[in-house]
Amino acid sequence: MGVSEANITMNINQIQDQIIEDFSAFEEWFDKYSYLIELGNALPPFPDEKKTDENLIRGCQSRVWLDAEKTENGNIIFTGDSDAVIVKGILSLLISVMSDQPAKDIAEADLYFIEKIGLKEHLSPTRSNGLLAMVKQMKIYGVAFSPSC
Amino acid sequence: MNSIIQNIASIRADFPILSEKVYGKSLVYFDNAATTQKPLCVVRKIDDGYLLHNANVHRGVHYLSQVATEAHESARSTVKDFIGAKSTSQIIFTRGTTESINLVAFSYGELLKEGSEIIVSEMEHHSNIVPWQLLCERKGLKLKVIPFADNGVLDLDTYKNLFTERTALVAVTHISNTLGTVNPVKQIIDIAHSHNVPVLIDGAQSVAHTKVNVTDLDADFFVFSGHKIYGPTGIGVLYGKEELLDKMVPYQAGGEMIERVTFEKTTFNVLPYKFEAGTPDFIGSTALATALEYVQNIGIENIAEYEQGLLKYATERLKEIDGLRIYGNAPERGAVISMNVGNIHHYDIGTLLDKLGLALRTGHHCAEPVMQHYGIEGTLRASFAFYNTKDEIDKLIDGINKVVKIFT
Repeated sequence: MGVSEANITMNINQIQDQIIEDFSAFEEWFDKYSYLIELGNALPPFPDEKKTDENLIRGCQSRVWLDAEKTENGNIIFTGDSDAVIVKGILSLLISVMSDQPAKDIAEADLYFIEKIGLKEHLSPTRSNGLLAMVKQMKIYGVAFSPSC
Repeated sequence: MNSIIQNIASIRADFPILSEKVYGKSLVYFDNAATTQKPLCVVRKIDDGYLLHNANVHRGVHYLSQVATEAHESARSTVKDFIGAKSTSQIIFTRGTTESINLVAFSYGELLKEGSEIIVSEMEHHSNIVPWQLLCERKGLKLKVIPFADNGVLDLDTYKNLFTERTALVAVTHISNTLGTVNPVKQIIDIAHSHNVPVLIDGAQSVAHTKVNVTDLDADFFVFSGHKIYGPTGIGVLYGKEELLDKMVPYQAGGEMIERVTFEKTTFNVLPYKFEAGTPDFIGSTALATALEYVQNIGIENIAEYEQGLLKYATERLKEIDGLRIYGNAPERGAVISMNVGNIHHYDIGTLLDKLGLALRTGHHCAEPVMQHYGIEGTLRASFAFYNTKDEIDKLIDGINKVVKIFT
């Protein structure tokens, strides 16, 4: 399993395919969620000073913080946190897919892996855990940081 | 022995959904404070209404319209009897508790002068806070709040001191949807009446779980939802004293609520029709009446006693779990338990319990001020109905124990 150690030259879809392959090993929901919790706990610490209202995406159920920085080569680095560890695990997956990718690719990304690994329910508009809003926010950063044409 | 215990198998058979599987596991439905399941008789009443008796009510000369009108008005009478009202003029059908409160906030609110004060409690559902906040903004009123102690009991001494000559209304919940606290509404009403202030009681969480008599309580307004008492969604009730309802302006305008319309002046219908603009949910009202009759057959006292048994058993068993905290410990409580376990986020625990077939609610339960009181973001909430069993509570305990292990 090497999502977190994924080759930085992989593009968004290659990373998504890798995640789908990783998750295909899980037969039981129990294993899948244990892995998500593991990922959530392993997400690098998000500094308290970045937990600003500006970075906060407040869901009905849980809170998500997202920060974005542009690199010299025009990629966007995402960091984030959540108070719910399952949400944090999914956030970790989203970061591994979207972070350090070209802004334009982020803006145009089709995140099909979420449905393929059976986590779509966590991004439904009614679940209101902040994840859907976070995906939107990532794409907004992608648009904002894209080179103007 | 409580008759529900003896008849639990046949009672559960009245609710087909209780035999459903989720993720291949038997459903345990502990989200009754959000909405209750429907017995077959209620669903069949809806079917019959649409399949056999459907015609618009009131003002119809034809047979079906008269049958539908009679069923709708007879439902009003069932509601009146169920809550101990004196007259069907006092029973207004709405879409639910929220609309009932909004109706009062608008129509009673129109009578209030700038500077008037409304009293609510710290443990209200947002539906009994926000309509009053909107009214306060619209008319320049002030909202005052009765605080509660950490055990979930309202501070009545503070309440008594909130009254001024400008106090215009008290709006308080009968049973807290989050803490389960049964508020001393009779006492709350008596205190308000000693200042000549009317009281609205939010009965959303009480009417299905305890005997309610609005006349004995001397409540000025009492509101509840059909779907929380085994009836359909989209139908609810506003009970109001006639002298208040008579003074109030209409909430919405349209058909049925008028007496006579000319372009110069329109006069309004008598109670309760003055507040029922447009075609009413006459299928919903008759199905609600069927639900109330179903509850009456089981007996609201039996239900209250049985649910108290579940609450006591669940509380004892939950206390066996290390690090589990229950919010609210009022001497009198409805069958609602809000909790958190250790440092585990309510979303995480609820998500995994769901995978075990356990349907509980997580979050702030539309009562953010309650969360703010305890300095928390949310809770895991189990809420029981008379079709739940101690076996199901055992499954919850096993489930929580299993889930906690995943996080540690």
